[in-house]
Amino acid sequence: MSLTIKLEIKQNVLCIRLSGELDHHTADELREKVSAAIERNNIQHIILNLDQLSFMDSSGLGVILGRYKQIKQVHGEMVVCAISPAIQRLFDMSGLFKIISLEPTENSALQRLGVA
Amino acid sequence: MMKNVMNLEFSALSQNESFARVSVASFIAQLDPTMDELTEIKTVVSEAVTNAIIHGYDNNPNGIVYISVMIDEQFIELTIKDDGIGIEDVEEARQPLFTTKPDLERSGMGFTIMENFMDEIEIHSQPGSGTEIRLRKHLSNSKMLCN
Repeated sequence: MSLTIKLEIKQNVLCIRLSGELDHHTADELREKVSAAIERNNIQHIILNLDQLSFMDSSGLGVILGRYKQIKQVHGEMVVCAISPAIQRLFDMSGLFKIISLEPTENSALQRLGVA
Repeated sequence: MMKNVMNLEFSALSQNESFARVSVASFIAQLDPTMDELTEIKTVVSEAVTNAIIHGYDNNPNGIVYISVMIDEQFIELTIKDDGIGIEDVEEARQPLFTTKPDLERSGMGFTIMENFMDEIEIHSQPGSGTEIRLRKHLSNSKMLCN
């Protein structure tokens, strides 16, 4: 089982949809793809849709925090949506929700960022 | 059920992280764990194996990671071991968000997750002589009571 990464750009928002498993092995590809997309398209905000993500560990937290730092430099915001209870526990444990917002759906995340 | 043991060893390659957690999950499936318990076990295996690969062996694929799983009734003992560089200060390594490799975007949450998802953790490590993590957990037998 690997990770499938789908990227869509709406104005200055990068929407990342992940399916499969996010671990140390798959984190590198996610970092490279997302970093490149942020730089190339003047992205300010990120929506991370985890609806189809079946597994994540602390390597996932690391790569997500890394992208948050990247968009923070341009005063952007990160919104996570459609998170499973298991993955939400990891976010809670690490305190990531103090800096990253949570929305139930991709639509509500888009609305929050004013691009719906 | 009587005591049952499974041993695995494999190269310190990141593509084996998924293999390791799925193999351990398959072995403990015979205890009929809940989905949450299965996820917890998979996550801690992933954390310990990733630590062995990145920190123990510094991504050297010649390293070997060893996993041993013992199950007995509803009890699980997982041992994950490497012959890598070892940990200088175990107490410091256990602190949430502590990492020696921030440049690699490591979150420093590995040990915190292992402590939270398991009942007990033992870390045996010395610089130059590898690391052995021993994790124990009693599964709830709520499913058995329901039957």
